[in-house]
Amino acid sequence: MTAKLSIRDLSFTYADGAQALQHINMEIFANELFVLFGPSRAGKTTLLRLINRLADLLDGVQRSGEILFNDQDVYNPNLDVTYLRRRIGMVFAVPTPLPGSIYANLAYGLEMAGIKDRRIIDERVERSLRQAALWDEVKDRLQDSAFALSGGQKQRMCLARSLVLEPDVILLDNPTSGLDPISTALVEESLFELKQQYTIIMVPHSVQQASRVADRAAFLLNGEVVEIGSQQRIFIHPRDKRTEDYVTGRFG
Amino acid sequence: MSTLDEAPAAWQEQQPSGAPAAKRNWRETIIETVIRLCGISAVVIITLIFLFLLKEGAPAFMQVPIRDLLGVRWYPIEDMFGLLPLLVGSLLVTIGAVVIAVPLGLTTAVYLGEFAPPWLREILKPVIEVLAGIPSIVLGFLGWVALAPLIQAAGAATGLTAFTGAIILAYMALPTIISITEDALYAVPKEYRDGALALGATQWQTIWRVVLPAARSGIVIAVMLGVGRAIGETMAVMLVTGNAANIPAFGLGAWFQPVRTMTATIAAEMGEVAQGSLHYSVLFAIGIVLFLITFAFNSLATRFIGGRSRRRGGQI
Ligand SMILES: Nc1ncnc2c1ncn2[C@@H]1O[C@H](COP(=O)(O)OP(=O)(O)OP(=O)(O)O)[C@@H](O)[C@H]1O
Ligand SMILES: [Mg+2]
Repeated sequence: MTAKLSIRDLSFTYADGAQALQHINMEIFANELFVLFGPSRAGKTTLLRLINRLADLLDGVQRSGEILFNDQDVYNPNLDVTYLRRRIGMVFAVPTPLPGSIYANLAYGLEMAGIKDRRIIDERVERSLRQAALWDEVKDRLQDSAFALSGGQKQRMCLARSLVLEPDVILLDNPTSGLDPISTALVEESLFELKQQYTIIMVPHSVQQASRVADRAAFLLNGEVVEIGSQQRIFIHPRDKRTEDYVTGRFG
Repeated sequence: MSTLDEAPAAWQEQQPSGAPAAKRNWRETIIETVIRLCGISAVVIITLIFLFLLKEGAPAFMQVPIRDLLGVRWYPIEDMFGLLPLLVGSLLVTIGAVVIAVPLGLTTAVYLGEFAPPWLREILKPVIEVLAGIPSIVLGFLGWVALAPLIQAAGAATGLTAFTGAIILAYMALPTIISITEDALYAVPKEYRDGALALGATQWQTIWRVVLPAARSGIVIAVMLGVGRAIGETMAVMLVTGNAANIPAFGLGAWFQPVRTMTATIAAEMGEVAQGSLHYSVLFAIGIVLFLITFAFNSLATRFIGGRSRRRGGQI
């Protein structure tokens, strides 16, 4: 099986000299739900933002190593970064609707991609809202401001907004932060559906969630990968003492 | 029985003692009163100014028939008080200034805020703010010695035209427009940009479709303040527009003929008229017209901003 994404010896330093990632190596396979977990400041968000090249935008950062997406280096200067970001969608930890209606938020990515046909847009908007388990709640108010949604609805709207582009990989940074248990369950349920079609890399809300949803997982600590393996391996038979302590709640 | 006796005592203990609470209330009251007085006095002063304008200008509306006021001839010496040439002059200069200053100011702000490398921004920002401090008469003088000859060389009959005035006014408005727009762009949450970029928008699409609309009310304020500064400007404009109170030929060529603005007319003639004469009150009538135009302009802009924040849903 070839990897969907392979990360090779990736290191990253922010402008202030904070070394956020050190010599990261990992492979992520098609249609798996890969969980990146670890304590705060471990570098999870940084790693996600490097994969779709949002960390690019900062001045004065240093990066070494490579990230291959379908065997292509995402940092190849000839690669069209807007195309890359359409193939690798991202949902941020804090859901951020853009100013505008719910419909406008969803149609936005398609319009940017040059799709003008209303029929196609309407159809994709509906499909991705269904995939994100939001359609029934918003189908009658698509023209309302996206700011009027509840926190959990915003999060699912942002998920739908990245699905509308039919990406290859979706990066989910804590997609259930601040959600109540029912909405969390809804989102987790839709993840199982989604991975039939997409490859998912997710930063979980908690170790419990990580072990519930993961196919495979990587434990990150202070910018380094401590251990990578299957759900069984990481959450039931961890080999590293630090992983064991963290998943059993003895530190972190 | 004991519960009834004890409860109020315990309750009293938890209350902040009486004196500081009263003191705080007093402070609040004083501060509130001062703020209210300031607010009211602003309204009162503006009302008084308007009443004064009305009192001085009203005779003009009674003694000069409206048809004459709408006439095309401004010859105060022969009691011809047609305001139309002045109105047209002001409109030509102001519209010209807006057409030049708004696109130039917005694109400069976008460049500074979104594209320029940090070191260049560090240099340009202060330079632009210094520009705002140049006395307008100096700009007017520059227009007279440097710009007017250029415009004449370009083929206009004279260099002192509405267009010359518009350029000078535009440059007066620019620093304000640029600097406030840039602040408004800067205030747009980083999350909006990330959100748009993550959806595959290019940098330009992000700016055009997300950042600018999100900064819209700030941009409107920037334009209002910039243009507001320019509209009220008198002397610099007087210096470069040629000061001819006639209606220029219709069409684009209008901008390349001398005009005279309402403000310039008041400034130029107020010193020479006898107080209480008809000419005097017509000058005040011009002031009233200016006041109404500015008022209408401001109300429109305010409604535009207010409408925006009331229904943020709008569109991206
Ligand atoms: N924009 C930035 N500029 C400078 N340093 C940053 C920036 N973003 C993150 N860092 C630093 O990089 C390190 C990793 O941060 P990151 O946000 O990737 O952690 P995380 O694992 O996502 O944490 P959390 O679970 O709290 O979200 C931290 O030490 C953080 O202070
Ligand atoms: Mg994070």
